[in-house]
Amino acid sequence: MTFVAKPRIHHPQLPVNELGLTRRDYEGLVSTLCAGCGHDSVSAAVVQACAEMALPPHRFAKMSGIGCSSKTPSYFLDKSHGFNSVHGRMPSVATGANLANRDLFFIGVSGDGDSASIGLGQFAHIVRRRINMLYIVDNNGTYGLTKGQFSATNDRGSTSKKGVPNLYEPIDLVSMALQIGASFVARSFSGDKAQLVPLIKAGLKHHGMAFLDVISPCVAFNNHNGSTKSFDYVRGHSGPFVHADFYPPGEEITAHYDPGATEDVPMPDGSTLRLHKLNGDYDVHDRVGALETVQRYQEKGEVVTGLLYVDPDAADCHEILDTVDVPLNGLTEAELCPGSAALEQVNQSFR
Amino acid sequence: MVTYNDFVIRFANVNGSGSASANGMFAKAIFRMGVPVAVRNIFPSNIQGLPTWFDVRVNEAGHLGRRDGVDIMVAMNAETYAEDVASIKPGGYLFYDNTKPLGADLMRSDIREIGMPIAALLQPEFTDLKQRGLFKNIVYLGALSALLNIDFDVITGMVATQYKGKDDLIQPNIHALEIGRQYALDYLNGPIEYQLRRSDAVGDKIFIEGNTAAALGALYGGATVCAWYPITPSTSMAEAFERYANGMRIDKGSRRKKFAVIQAEDELSAIGIVIGSAWNGARAFTATSGPGVSLMSEFLGLAYFAEIPAVLFDIQRVGPSTGMPTRTQQGDLLAAAYASHGDTRHPLLFPSTPRECFDLAADALDLADRLQTPVIVMSDLDLGMNPVMSEPLAWDDGRSYDRGKVLNAEELEEAQDFGRYLDVDGDAIGYRTLPGTHPERGAFFTRGASRDEYARYTEDADAYQRNMDRLLEKWATAARLMPKPEIHDNGRKAGIIYYGTSAMPMDETLHMLQADGVGLDRMRIRAFPFGDEVWQFIRRHELVFVVDQNRDSQMRTLLINEGDVDPAKLVAVRYYAGLSISAEDIHSQVLEHFKARKLPRLTEVRS
Repeated sequence: MTFVAKPRIHHPQLPVNELGLTRRDYEGLVSTLCAGCGHDSVSAAVVQACAEMALPPHRFAKMSGIGCSSKTPSYFLDKSHGFNSVHGRMPSVATGANLANRDLFFIGVSGDGDSASIGLGQFAHIVRRRINMLYIVDNNGTYGLTKGQFSATNDRGSTSKKGVPNLYEPIDLVSMALQIGASFVARSFSGDKAQLVPLIKAGLKHHGMAFLDVISPCVAFNNHNGSTKSFDYVRGHSGPFVHADFYPPGEEITAHYDPGATEDVPMPDGSTLRLHKLNGDYDVHDRVGALETVQRYQEKGEVVTGLLYVDPDAADCHEILDTVDVPLNGLTEAELCPGSAALEQVNQSFR
Repeated sequence: MVTYNDFVIRFANVNGSGSASANGMFAKAIFRMGVPVAVRNIFPSNIQGLPTWFDVRVNEAGHLGRRDGVDIMVAMNAETYAEDVASIKPGGYLFYDNTKPLGADLMRSDIREIGMPIAALLQPEFTDLKQRGLFKNIVYLGALSALLNIDFDVITGMVATQYKGKDDLIQPNIHALEIGRQYALDYLNGPIEYQLRRSDAVGDKIFIEGNTAAALGALYGGATVCAWYPITPSTSMAEAFERYANGMRIDKGSRRKKFAVIQAEDELSAIGIVIGSAWNGARAFTATSGPGVSLMSEFLGLAYFAEIPAVLFDIQRVGPSTGMPTRTQQGDLLAAAYASHGDTRHPLLFPSTPRECFDLAADALDLADRLQTPVIVMSDLDLGMNPVMSEPLAWDDGRSYDRGKVLNAEELEEAQDFGRYLDVDGDAIGYRTLPGTHPERGAFFTRGASRDEYARYTEDADAYQRNMDRLLEKWATAARLMPKPEIHDNGRKAGIIYYGTSAMPMDETLHMLQADGVGLDRMRIRAFPFGDEVWQFIRRHELVFVVDQNRDSQMRTLLINEGDVDPAKLVAVRYYAGLSISAEDIHSQVLEHFKARKLPRLTEVRS
């Protein structure tokens, strides 16, 4: 048996959202990842976020490349289309899909091998082009499917299961995303659902490229002492700078923090991001400052998490290209074909 | 003796000197006189300073393939002077700038020299050194108009069109033209033996680059997404698409674009964007050349296996590797036909004229949607980058796009059972759905991994094999839908098969062979997979020549491989040196085959 559908029977008292759907309606197949894999927590967070926001589950396009992370779109939102493409190339396929229909929610799930090694170029260029999507990297610092080789996000000196240290500098996708155009950049930890779920909600509602790096430990190959991507290490060396709570339009804002440490960011669709600044005067709208903070802490072996940068007014790729409002895939022949009279004028220009 | 409307003139220049536009005006002027003309710009992979040649063949009978031997050489590049002088046919003309005297070693006694002090003429007229350089080309254009009898009004009219909007350039250009023309009339020994005269041999034809025509075909065919990476000789296609779309695909109300063009970071991304767009229901294409096809191969395998429409234009150039990137070849047939690992195969289309570039571009978008697979249009540099005389482009306003089998929400409601890869209609093509169509039905997971008829991941042996066998049945469906070959069968024993730009010299070739007592039936292949007509033509003939512009006879290989044809029956005719194939290239190889084997020449020799 190579796939397992989840039974649809559920507890009669499961909460129902505004669309009359329960969270079971946002689930997918049974995961075939290792028991305890961080990636399954990310999938569960996506299910929770989408269900709580009452987004129509068929209005998503789930894009992925190749690897453990890229399998996960099978495990959530099974009423939507998914595309498990080729290794490192999810960004180009997602770009095309987004150009064809700007009205869907796009979730891309990739891994550190998929996005930081074979697909580094495509990662960089989709960020530059500001495709309107939530781009999640399940970052575990290792190649799981091929059994434990280091990936490019693995820290120098972090060891393999057998104790061999990694000799090379890590690539930090958060820093890259900040540098080259993402208008929403966040980092989280698969073990911190309270932080992760609101970030997914905000990223989905953000208009433009929302990049979310999730440290998601690999229980099979990279969860030992000596690894800087283990549950224990990340718990001990990470700290949120800004906690974000997401409130859809009209919903009462229930999170209350010290007035000096609170900022409300209005989102284009009327939602609100209530930010709780946990670290002094950190400014989520200061791209260069965010880059500096992330790098400075990384130098000390510490991981900065939370919402690190947001520009709610940035243009997305369609706005940059100045395309029409309606999806390109919905344009009819009458709207696309200039007709024979116009062609005769073209002919005349070549005589 | 004067020859009218039949000669080859070659311009030898330094690239980046503005010669291409002057030489282009020369050719266009002849076309506007109603005389058939063919242009071949032989240029280096370089921006400035290397040798470039511009061949113009004028032929009243419409033979527009490359012809060896230069009747008139306009030698403006000292660096290539020796070889340029050597390429002139005995009795031909050498036109050159005699401001500085030529070495005696560069002279030939069997040609006629026309020296003109171009630089000296320009010196007192133009102070700007850059202008002086550019106007050299215009001065020889003026002189040639006198020597060859080109309508001067046609040329001056063209200058006005060319510099429309830059009016301050018009007068100096016309002045330079007049300097050249007047000098030729006053001092040169004209008119020469090659003369032009007005004709009606052009009719309503147009003079257009294949890449421009293909871009218009994609536009008319409804492409909304173009993703590409710059590579000679395909770049001008993507650029033409964007240029025309900016004029013809703007929403009247909002003034916004009904298309998206992305210059991708590489060819992998370009084809990925095309596949993503087409998966999500937008018609999309990329334009590339051989190196790009190599890079796109992994994605082509995905689109083949996951059954996603995609359209590629492969404007072929000389391979392998970087090869000769600015020269022409048909070297990518096998790479394109079987691109990617595992058992894969892709439909190919072979345009041979700009009109066909247009038609097949639009057809490719229909076929890709219908067959749910990548379709590759195999053009080449010769057709793509040179203006070629062509039937005018035509669009039937009654034509509707064939979007293939895509279920909408209502159809999904009515469907008893939806399986993305179920063969419901017996043509081995399943029904697809687009993301976001229906809240409950029709969602599926697209992947390059093995799956069953319901798009569920499986490593089951039977399911894998069923799928692969269905893809082969779909291939048979494709063979029925692809454009048919163009056949002229007069019941002869021998035939010739050709495709793409090898059509350009074919009429002339067959005339030459006829004169030698060799009569051939002909078939121009327009598509792969091959339909029954192709196999019937081969079966019906005892001997079939197959013309390829590549070393390894790739079309012949495809025919042998796909049709189990006896290799002895298919005789390879090849040209692969980087220029376009000439009638003489084909004529000599066919005739040699007849002579070497002492085959009977056919009886229907026309005296």
